[in-house]
Amino acid sequence: MKLFNVTAGAVIAATGLYNAAFATTTLSIWYHGAGNKVESKIINQIIDDFNASQSDWKVALESFPQNSYNDSVTAAALAGKLPDILDMDGPIMPNWAWSGYLQPLPIPEDHFKNFLPGTKGIYDGKLYSIGLWDAAVVLYARKSTLKELGLRTPTLDKPWTKDEFDHALQAAKSSAKFDYAIDLGMSDKSEWYTYAFLPFLQSFGGGLVDRKTYDTAEGALNGDAAIAWGNWWQSLFKDKLAPGTSQDPADHENGFIDGKYAFSWNGNWNAVKTMAKVDDVEFLPAPDFGQGPTIGAASWQFGISASSQHPDGAADFIKFATQDKYLAEFSNAIGLIPATASAAQMTDNYKDGGALSVFFNLSKAQAKKRPVTPGYVVESKVFQKAAADIADGAGVTDTLDASVDQIDADIKRNDGYKKN
Amino acid sequence: MRSSLTSANREGWAFALPGIVLIFAFIITPFILAFGFSLTNQRLISPNPTRYVGLENYQQMLGLAFVTLDAKQDPNGKVATDPSGHPEFPPLRTITRNADTPQYRGMQEWFRWETGTQAHLVIARDVVFWKALVNTCLFVLIVAPVQAGLALGLALLINQKLRGITLFRTIYFMPVVVSIVVVSLLWRFIYDGHDGLLNNMLAGLSFGHFHPVDWLGNPHTALGSIMVMSIWQAVGFHMVIWLSGLQTISPTLYEAAAIEGSSSWQTFRYVTWPGLRHTAVLVLIVITMQSFALFSQIDVMTKGGPLDSTQTLVFQAVQRGYGLQDIAGGSTISVILFVIVLSISLLQRWLTRER
Repeated sequence: MKLFNVTAGAVIAATGLYNAAFATTTLSIWYHGAGNKVESKIINQIIDDFNASQSDWKVALESFPQNSYNDSVTAAALAGKLPDILDMDGPIMPNWAWSGYLQPLPIPEDHFKNFLPGTKGIYDGKLYSIGLWDAAVVLYARKSTLKELGLRTPTLDKPWTKDEFDHALQAAKSSAKFDYAIDLGMSDKSEWYTYAFLPFLQSFGGGLVDRKTYDTAEGALNGDAAIAWGNWWQSLFKDKLAPGTSQDPADHENGFIDGKYAFSWNGNWNAVKTMAKVDDVEFLPAPDFGQGPTIGAASWQFGISASSQHPDGAADFIKFATQDKYLAEFSNAIGLIPATASAAQMTDNYKDGGALSVFFNLSKAQAKKRPVTPGYVVESKVFQKAAADIADGAGVTDTLDASVDQIDADIKRNDGYKKN
Repeated sequence: MRSSLTSANREGWAFALPGIVLIFAFIITPFILAFGFSLTNQRLISPNPTRYVGLENYQQMLGLAFVTLDAKQDPNGKVATDPSGHPEFPPLRTITRNADTPQYRGMQEWFRWETGTQAHLVIARDVVFWKALVNTCLFVLIVAPVQAGLALGLALLINQKLRGITLFRTIYFMPVVVSIVVVSLLWRFIYDGHDGLLNNMLAGLSFGHFHPVDWLGNPHTALGSIMVMSIWQAVGFHMVIWLSGLQTISPTLYEAAAIEGSSSWQTFRYVTWPGLRHTAVLVLIVITMQSFALFSQIDVMTKGGPLDSTQTLVFQAVQRGYGLQDIAGGSTISVILFVIVLSISLLQRWLTRER
């Protein structure tokens, strides 16, 4: 037995030595883009470049389809099998940080001082995640349509007011040239609802929760401003200005390109594809419903799991991946907003005078993060149901009251989502 | 009996072992866990410790109350009416968000009926649960008899010695082999409210007189549409079970009936149907249990909407457990569903017992 112990000790010591001297340590990374060829190509390129650039670490990628990504992470966390590096949708980060899945990035915040605010995942005063890009939602239109309907082209400084927006939709409807005036993407019953439609509610003066205390939705989600939003929202579907919740996903995908819709409230990740098919597409900023125009901020970001044994290696990779050239590459491929101004200059669409350059400033000026609280995950689901139900004709006040009750009950059941 | 189960039957137990282990691991253990979770505030993910909360989840889910609202009156005591002459009622929040009636806080309207200037409301702590319960029961009540009946009809049709009958058997059985997710996606196109196959077909058959219906987008047609599609999808499976029952009936009985000069209805009523007794019990119980588990169609086609018209218990259990991270709530629904299915199965066993 003793002999065995000695031998075992020697073997372990030898292996340890070997590791320290020659071997590289493997870091695992999870990414949500399985099935997306363009994204996969770039992320693989970054990983290959990183692995070739040094010999301490070897990053190994595992990709998941976006629809099941969050479930996979939750399941892995419960089983204690999280990877070293994982990417996450910005607004979910506080929930995972609060749950103890993530550790703050061991990188001084200063390193990212040039990054757009929407790309930095800050919770509880600490930086937990960083994004290579931000996304923006914009109003797709055709120059020819605007001209034909006699509509003013809104600008960042002077966006459409509520009346102008309503008028534009009515004008598109009465022209009888389109199936519907606007495609809101109602078929995409997911985080899209909160991401795309919460800004409308906020521009009306309402909100998802009280952003000062994060301990109630009372007043924010069922106050006068929220009810005004709800009535307006319902009217879009009652007046047949927008297709409702039973919209065919294929129509959401191609309806604007095919000319079925005059406008489309859509993410700028579809911009490159649309520009290729619609010559005179024009991207318009969000309308102002009274309290200033806002759009959702924070897209997918990288963070380090709490269970990672090698946060230093993970940090090295994140620093490597957030170089300007990779930000620019991602932006060129999928049309997202690069995280830094210097990277923006390296892209086709966001450099000065580029087709999408206005959105770099738009993101800087109008982007507002969704509520930064661990409770957001549940609150977002509640909002999705409320927005769908109101669109389907449910009583506005009762629906919003019910949503508030549900959010408040959830916050209470989680002891206010406070850090213990 | 006892001796053959316990002794000298090692091979038997050995053969049964894998099945028993799987049932324990994936059915019995999760159920015991679910029952335990339903008495706590278990979250999907949370750094906070889980607490025992007793029956709070059940109270929250099952809580109902009955309230009456008086129509709004103008200062002269005259009942306020909307332009169509219908009395106007104050919003429910005058009760549910009223400091004088704190017991109604957090409750929502389930349904109401009106008598003159009064509206009577049933309000619930968890309206979605009640709607899901009603929808699920409705689904079972309609799908079980219709699907079983259609399956029997198809089985009788294909239980003949005709040239090419295998082709029909294959066609009727085909939807069963296709994944329900794929079937649901296809039916989503069929039901499309704008230019779906069904609308186009009906418009063609009625020479354009038919107005397109948004089958899945209309609260009145959504659940019915899903019922039709579900019946079509699984009818082949039960047809095969009926067919196996039909083929166990001895041909001599039919010959005897023919000699006695019985009509085809009499043959069915007094020869075929009694011979299918055990099959009928099996088919009914299986359909009932499958219908209670309605989930995939909802998840793919409607996500419970529009206006909760297609919410079901299993969909809600998953929605709460994973979507709202409320494992305790999802478990509570599972336990309630288990109790319902168990009592219905026992009742069916009792009703169809050998007398």
